[in-house]
Amino acid sequence: MISWSGVVAQVTELALAVLLAPLLTGWVNQCRAWLQNKSGPGLLRPYRTIRKLFAKDAVIATNASAVFRTAPYVVFACMLVAAAIVPTLATDLPFSIAADAIALVGIFALARVFISLAAMDVGTAFGSLGARREMMIGFLAEPALLMVLFTASLISQSTSLATTVERLARMEFAIFPSLAFAGVAFTMVSLAENARIPVDNPATHLELTMIHEAMVLEYSARHLALIEWAASLKLFVYSCIGISIFFPFGISQGGDPLGFAYALPALVFKLAVGGALLAVIETVSAKMRIFRAPEFLGTAFMLAVLALLIHALLET
Amino acid sequence: MSLVPLPSVLLLACAWLALGVIGLARARSLTLVAKVLFPAGAAIGLAVAAVALMAIASPPTETVLPLGLPDLPFHFRLDSLSAFFLAILGLVSAGVSTFAAGYLRKGEGTPPGLQCLYYHVFLASMALVLVADDAYAFMVMWETMALSSFFLVTSDHRIAEIRRAGYLYLLIAHIGALSILLCFGVLQGGTGDYTFANMRAQSLPPFWATIGFLLALLGFGAKAGILPLHVWLPEAHPAAPSPVSALMSAVMLKTAVYGLLRVTFDLLHAQVWWWGVLALAIGLATALFGVVFSAVQSDMKRLLAYSSIENIGFIVVGFGLTVTFQAYEMRSLAALALTATLYHCLNHAYFKSLLFLATGSVLHATKERALGKLGGLIHKMPWVAWLALVGALAIAGLPPLNGFVSEWLLLQAFLFTPGLPDGYLNMFIPVAAAAVALAAALSGYVMVKFYGVIFLGQPREERLTEAHDAGPWERVGLVWLAAGCVTLGVVPVQVISLIDHVTGPLVGRTLAETATGSWLLLAPIETDRASYSPLVVLLGIVVATFAVWFAVRRVYHGRVRRAPAWDCGFPLQTPRMQDTAEGFGMPVRHVFEPFFRMTRELPSPFDRAPRYRVIVEDHLWHWCYLPVARWVERLTAIVAVLQRGRISVYLTYSFVTLLLLLLFVR
Repeated sequence: MISWSGVVAQVTELALAVLLAPLLTGWVNQCRAWLQNKSGPGLLRPYRTIRKLFAKDAVIATNASAVFRTAPYVVFACMLVAAAIVPTLATDLPFSIAADAIALVGIFALARVFISLAAMDVGTAFGSLGARREMMIGFLAEPALLMVLFTASLISQSTSLATTVERLARMEFAIFPSLAFAGVAFTMVSLAENARIPVDNPATHLELTMIHEAMVLEYSARHLALIEWAASLKLFVYSCIGISIFFPFGISQGGDPLGFAYALPALVFKLAVGGALLAVIETVSAKMRIFRAPEFLGTAFMLAVLALLIHALLET
Repeated sequence: MSLVPLPSVLLLACAWLALGVIGLARARSLTLVAKVLFPAGAAIGLAVAAVALMAIASPPTETVLPLGLPDLPFHFRLDSLSAFFLAILGLVSAGVSTFAAGYLRKGEGTPPGLQCLYYHVFLASMALVLVADDAYAFMVMWETMALSSFFLVTSDHRIAEIRRAGYLYLLIAHIGALSILLCFGVLQGGTGDYTFANMRAQSLPPFWATIGFLLALLGFGAKAGILPLHVWLPEAHPAAPSPVSALMSAVMLKTAVYGLLRVTFDLLHAQVWWWGVLALAIGLATALFGVVFSAVQSDMKRLLAYSSIENIGFIVVGFGLTVTFQAYEMRSLAALALTATLYHCLNHAYFKSLLFLATGSVLHATKERALGKLGGLIHKMPWVAWLALVGALAIAGLPPLNGFVSEWLLLQAFLFTPGLPDGYLNMFIPVAAAAVALAAALSGYVMVKFYGVIFLGQPREERLTEAHDAGPWERVGLVWLAAGCVTLGVVPVQVISLIDHVTGPLVGRTLAETATGSWLLLAPIETDRASYSPLVVLLGIVVATFAVWFAVRRVYHGRVRRAPAWDCGFPLQTPRMQDTAEGFGMPVRHVFEPFFRMTRELPSPFDRAPRYRVIVEDHLWHWCYLPVARWVERLTAIVAVLQRGRISVYLTYSFVTLLLLLLFVR
């Protein structure tokens, strides 16, 4: 069942995700700076930040427990596993048999729970505030994401992401109204899950409005580097989920080396467009008050359920 | 040697009773009770589990014991469904009894020997409920179970609140028991023969079958805690000693699920599709209600009690799906939904008892149940904290632990639903799936609150620094249950092959017939459609974690400097500035406002001693229970007119009654 070309695809894809993820973050930041008429920090800034942080001495609060110290590694590992499941270049991935779309949502939840627990571990006001907010976003975004993935699964009759993508890519010119609703819901969920405007501001310095940043205030050096890298990876993985479900063209199917060579530029192109769009969304919208976020995510959840209903009504 | 399973189960139940009697004889001897009787009870629990696991794959065995009334013997029968629930009882009680050996203390209400009696009678009666094969034996054991657990709940009977909780529990238990009794009355179909064998042979007209099903749903639902009958759970669980709450939540609620499955799939033959939809709707409401309320609790055991309501909701959802599929003759889907239901019963038994026991250790170490006065216990109680983390992650439904497996199976059952012949149902199912996903996500929120507030952060009270870790007996009990959570999480294929023996006789199909996975890969329908391999996911996460750790250490350095918490440079940190349990529940209170009945007291800016108070109550309490209570009070007030307190008046009553009766007889 497991082919050599599959293993090669798996390893390449994982390496690509780990290496390209900070570049995507840098690209989004750069686009945002351009849109705001600034010169921007450059595409490679996230790599430099990570390198700088790794070299520093870690400062840890005196009463931090082992939960605090292990969380960055666990979160990073979860994102690696998530990156291994999502098909970016090829659909012939051995690891995607072991974990399907529901497991993917579960792995994201595992990472979220760990980082929230770590935020509560030091026992500062901002840490627990961040943890509470992150979990609030989580419990609204997670079911919405699950419903989006369910819509795709129902259309393709499979919850395995690789199979879903394979079958969606084969359905030529089939337009599914349910997928349109699911797409809008997915965009909203990804904005919230990746701590972007309008739900959270990744560049904020105002602690009272922070969500993700409030949780990682106590982290420094290599731990912070891992968390930042994991956040980049999360953005990368989410973008890839969106790309592979809604724009699955160009992803290599089976062990086809030519398709593989063609898949990489296609992926880079789609990611670049997606990142630029994200920068546009972030530029044209303002950050919401924290208690508007449930309404925003509630809308996403409703849209996702609507997508599922439309599928049940019209497309079967 | 062929071991006969049913007599062994009966003998082991008798052995439990014997332990109880020995405890009664030496009621004041803590050493005997704690260090001999409870470990012996744990050993018997293991034996019960071993016998049950052997019996699950063998054909049913029956026996008749000439006990009870003359001419009305007890019938017992051990089939795969009974054996499955017996296995839960045995496995979980082994851990709980071991924990209890270290947990019992002197001078807490009821003397230890008496508690030992109630405890073992409780265990024995649960075992006998599961093997009873006629309504008479079933009801006797069911009531013994209710009474013994009532005495266990009221162990600290000197506290008025606990007596009140016990009363409420007893009341609802009896409403349920009455309903079950009526249900059996309907099921015997007018033959006057109350054995289950006779009920199986009856074919009731649809109307009476429906009445029987509704009575069963009400009766067993009262014990399980489904929606309007849940009110006793959050009162009784905090009142009971922790091992007892663990057993009640983990096993006793499951005996209700057992009863529901027994009546619906074994005793009643024909299923009607809307029974399933009704159960599904009630289950969804229960799950959402339970999880939303558990998010706003500030007492750790109440929080877990509400979380039990949520999990029972999931189980009833699975049950409802099974009934619907079965009614439409979609047998392999029914098998999938039933497997999810049974798997969740098993999982919930493990993680909920683990967490209840952990709260017991915390309670003993700190004398505190309120979340607002705990915190930072991971430093003082590392064993309890790390084992509780396993339980918390499992109950939050996170891979690769066990809670995720049953959630995954349940969601798969939902995903395969389109294709039901009813269009309205096809519309309802996606909404139901969304509600299940929402409740599951919320349980993660609840667990972060539960774990974070108790074990992480800084101690909120001065005296928490004197907290001590759990003793060796308690650790063994906790480790046993935590190991179960991990094992059930990573080898689902093997567990499901056991559950298949149960689903086969009940719905006529097993997952093994459709599954295409291997020993490593769980694929209930086809590998193409859905597959999950928890062991690979676990290995992936563990290997990736260590690889990253090793790489970072190797390439860079491991230098660490300890310093006071930064908190954005604010120097006057106190532990009181951490989020409280109320604060953590605030977003949920905000988002799900219509669920709650809230009364709030806000301080004005000029208060010298400002107090903020918020009381969160349950609407159902005001809608269903208080009106009934008022009615009863009004009725009793009318009856009280008769009660004069003078003997001459009572004599007159007797005289008048006598005269009337004489008139009547003439």
